[in-house]
Amino acid sequence: MVYISSIMAKKPELMPGTLDMLILKTLTRAPLHGYGIALSIKTLSDEILTVEEGSLYPALQRLLLQGWVKAEWRRTDTNRRARYYTLTAAGRKQLTAERSHFEQMISAIARVMQDAKE
Amino acid sequence: MKFTFFKRLALLFRREKFNQELEEEMAWHRDQKSQDLQSAGTSPDDAHHAARREFGNDLHLREQSQDVFSFWFETTLQDFRFALRQLRKNPGFALTAILMLALGLSVSVAIFAFVDGALLKPIPFKDPQQLLGVYEEANQCLYCNLSYPDYLDWKKLNKSLTALEVYDHNQFTLNTPSGAEPIFITRVSDGFFRVLGITPILGRDFYAGEDLLSAPRTVMLSYAAWQKRFGGKPEVIGQTVILDDNPTVIIAVLPKDFHFAPAEPAEFWATLHPERGCDLRRSCHGLYGVGRMKDGITMQGALSEFKDIAAQLTKQYPDSNTGQGANVEVLSEVIVGPYRPLLLMLLAGAGLLLVIAGVNIASLLLVRSEARKREFAIRNALGAARIRLMRQFMTEGLLLVLIGSALGLLFAYWTIHILTLLIPTNLLLKTPFFLDLGLTPHVLVFTAFITLLFAILFFVTPTLRLSLGRTRDSLAEGSRGSAGNAWRFLGSKLVVLELATAVVLLVSAGLLGKSLLLMLRTPIGMQPDHLATIQLTAPDKSYPKSPDQLALARRLYAELSAVPGVKSVAFSSDIPINGWGDTTWIHILGRPWHGEHEDVPERDVTPEYFSTIGAKLVRGRPFVETGRPFVDNEDPSQPHEVIINQAFERKYFPGEDPLGKQLSYMSPKSIPMEIIGIVEDIKEGQLDTENRPALYFPLNQSPSTFLNAVVRTSTSDHAMIPALISAVHRLDPNIATSAGTTFTDIIEDSPSAYLRRTSAWLIGGFAAFALILGVVGLYGVIAYSVSQRTREIGVRMAIGAQRTTVYKLVLKEAGYLTTLGIVMGLASAIAAATLMKDLLFGVRSWDVPTLAAVAIVLSAASLLASFIPAHRAASVDPVEALRSE
Repeated sequence: MVYISSIMAKKPELMPGTLDMLILKTLTRAPLHGYGIALSIKTLSDEILTVEEGSLYPALQRLLLQGWVKAEWRRTDTNRRARYYTLTAAGRKQLTAERSHFEQMISAIARVMQDAKE
Repeated sequence: MKFTFFKRLALLFRREKFNQELEEEMAWHRDQKSQDLQSAGTSPDDAHHAARREFGNDLHLREQSQDVFSFWFETTLQDFRFALRQLRKNPGFALTAILMLALGLSVSVAIFAFVDGALLKPIPFKDPQQLLGVYEEANQCLYCNLSYPDYLDWKKLNKSLTALEVYDHNQFTLNTPSGAEPIFITRVSDGFFRVLGITPILGRDFYAGEDLLSAPRTVMLSYAAWQKRFGGKPEVIGQTVILDDNPTVIIAVLPKDFHFAPAEPAEFWATLHPERGCDLRRSCHGLYGVGRMKDGITMQGALSEFKDIAAQLTKQYPDSNTGQGANVEVLSEVIVGPYRPLLLMLLAGAGLLLVIAGVNIASLLLVRSEARKREFAIRNALGAARIRLMRQFMTEGLLLVLIGSALGLLFAYWTIHILTLLIPTNLLLKTPFFLDLGLTPHVLVFTAFITLLFAILFFVTPTLRLSLGRTRDSLAEGSRGSAGNAWRFLGSKLVVLELATAVVLLVSAGLLGKSLLLMLRTPIGMQPDHLATIQLTAPDKSYPKSPDQLALARRLYAELSAVPGVKSVAFSSDIPINGWGDTTWIHILGRPWHGEHEDVPERDVTPEYFSTIGAKLVRGRPFVETGRPFVDNEDPSQPHEVIINQAFERKYFPGEDPLGKQLSYMSPKSIPMEIIGIVEDIKEGQLDTENRPALYFPLNQSPSTFLNAVVRTSTSDHAMIPALISAVHRLDPNIATSAGTTFTDIIEDSPSAYLRRTSAWLIGGFAAFALILGVVGLYGVIAYSVSQRTREIGVRMAIGAQRTTVYKLVLKEAGYLTTLGIVMGLASAIAAATLMKDLLFGVRSWDVPTLAAVAIVLSAASLLASFIPAHRAASVDPVEALRSE
């Protein structure tokens, strides 16, 4: 669940339902741990998109349950135990579906906004 | 979806590991973040806090993550476990609430089981809504018996019924290996079982025409008689029994669950076989009708047709049918109608008790949620979602309701059985719908309904209270102030309701108890103590003619008088406190007759009858033994003798002296009867009936093989009964004798007394509970109010208030609530008593002594209940009170 908090009101809020898609996207390049996913989202969005970091975990459980990601414990560079998430084939399919859905929505919104400007 | 189900299932058993890993993962995340921040130059402390802050509420997040993988019931189970812990921590509250609930529920459910058995369940016959009871109507008798010839005409002439059948209720003598035994037999017309839709489980139904004199005598067995007398053997079909000296063939056994209440108790079901005098006379009424309406016929339609037929018969047979109308009633009403007022009153009483239990529980919940308001606020502030907390309250309430209801259902099961056991056997036979009561589907649905009401109460009360207050206010406020006031406002309203309900029940119980006492003390014109009675039926074959029967009566008199301990012996055709039936149609000689139908009860008695039962002759003389039977005396110059009661004198001879006046039966050949005496009214019918005109004839004018022996004893009447029965059997072992009873028992067990005793005891029990609960409720309100005001009282005392002022302060509050409760209760009680006026006897619904007594009892109890907290308030140490908090 995306946390919509009044504390973070200054930063743009994440659109509901997009967190799962963002997580899946960050995992396309390489397996990552939860903290890595959070960092990745933050840097890729030029620090515009911020999620309450903890809220990644319920979302990750959802993705695990659906079989879209796999999890395994690995050693990090600093030789500590961390849980890495890998995208599965089903996850890849899901990402494609969500992406096209998302793009349709964005373009639809854009068209409406364009019209409103004129 | 199956896929995710198995994943969940797999995790269900590795929950521990899952949680550990999740925690580890989250902790690592925060550590990593904190380290990264520190490498960027943040101080370790700030980095640690920032990492935690940006991560969010980890407990909440962990719960959310777990929820993804858990089944819906897991959180519910968790809630239940938590609720159990909460209740165990506060056993006083849990126990009180559960017991209160179980008690209120069990009483209501048990009474409902009786209501269901009698009033809601259809009577156990085919298409019962089509069945009618069919009666003749005569003066003072709305639902009177049919005569056999009238029945035949009604059956032939009517077009509204598919069938009209009749039954009566008889006592026959059965020859058994151990001697003659009187048994109850119901005689029916041949289609009786077909009209009810009952098929024997063994043997065959009566065939058409089997009820005629020409057909051989046959009989069906009730299931109970089959088991008791014939060991349940199927070979019983075709066997012959001797009933009233007549060989009779057993042709069938009736189903186990067949009971026809108006004709019960009956061991044998025989055909009419009309051969005796009464069956053949149009003026002799001894049968009840039951008919089935054709499709599309209404009860009104059937009634008007029968009224027409009755009018037609009156024209045709004016001698016998003048004044004979017709009446019908739905059969289910015939069967259960008499029990409706009692049952509904008891249900109302149980309902009131339920209200009190509910109110007490609501008060308990209010106090508890008051106490938990702070806990709620703290948990809310610590991040527990509001909805989750609500759910927890709901679970707690639900748990209490479930335990309480289960316990209540168990209590109800016992209560039903105990109450059924308390019904005397002979009454139970007449109320077969009370036989197989238990936790039937109807009863369970009712229980579920009440449980639901309680569940709503348990849920709504605390949430209402909790959602009123804001979290921050509650945290700030502590235990004093506005919330306490709010509770006092609501709680005190509830206790008024409770006290008022207790008043209603107390007044009802008082009125019923008083009715019972007044009824048992009502003058019955005789002395019932030390008076035993036995029914005797002598075989017709041994005593066929009147002189034989008269001789038998004299020998019985001599034999019984000789038993040691017997003071005097008399015989009568009917005994008192039985019914105003057995009537005869009379005419006062010398007065014009315009077709009036004067039907009055008549009793044939021996000369010693009045002195034996302790009745007083007001004027005139008693019968004397003339030594000469009048029966065959056809000399009209020698009039018969009759004694009338005072009601007869009041009605037919106002301002006249009846002595020496003459009466006659409504028959041209009747011999005149001279009034020789006037006896004080003897209560021939039920205790709650008005006295009616009645006639007493000397037994030797019309002797019979059926006699009631009435014996006054010098020692215990109960103990004498066996000696009396063996004296009769010494004379003739073939005389069937009833078990025998005493008049004290007859009065105690009479339906009118039983009805009021039962209701008085049950409502009294309800009232006692209500009083206790109401007073405890009041105590709770006052005690709580005092505890809330300890500080205020301390301040008052510190600035100089006297202890008496404090007493006054507390007692004034209690007095106000009590007065309000009593006033509201008394008003409702008068209304309630008006509704149950059928059950009252000799008291009005606004019986002042009862109302006053209840008001005093309740005031005293309330004073006591509020004195304890008042005393506590007055002993408050101002210093302590101010220091607390």
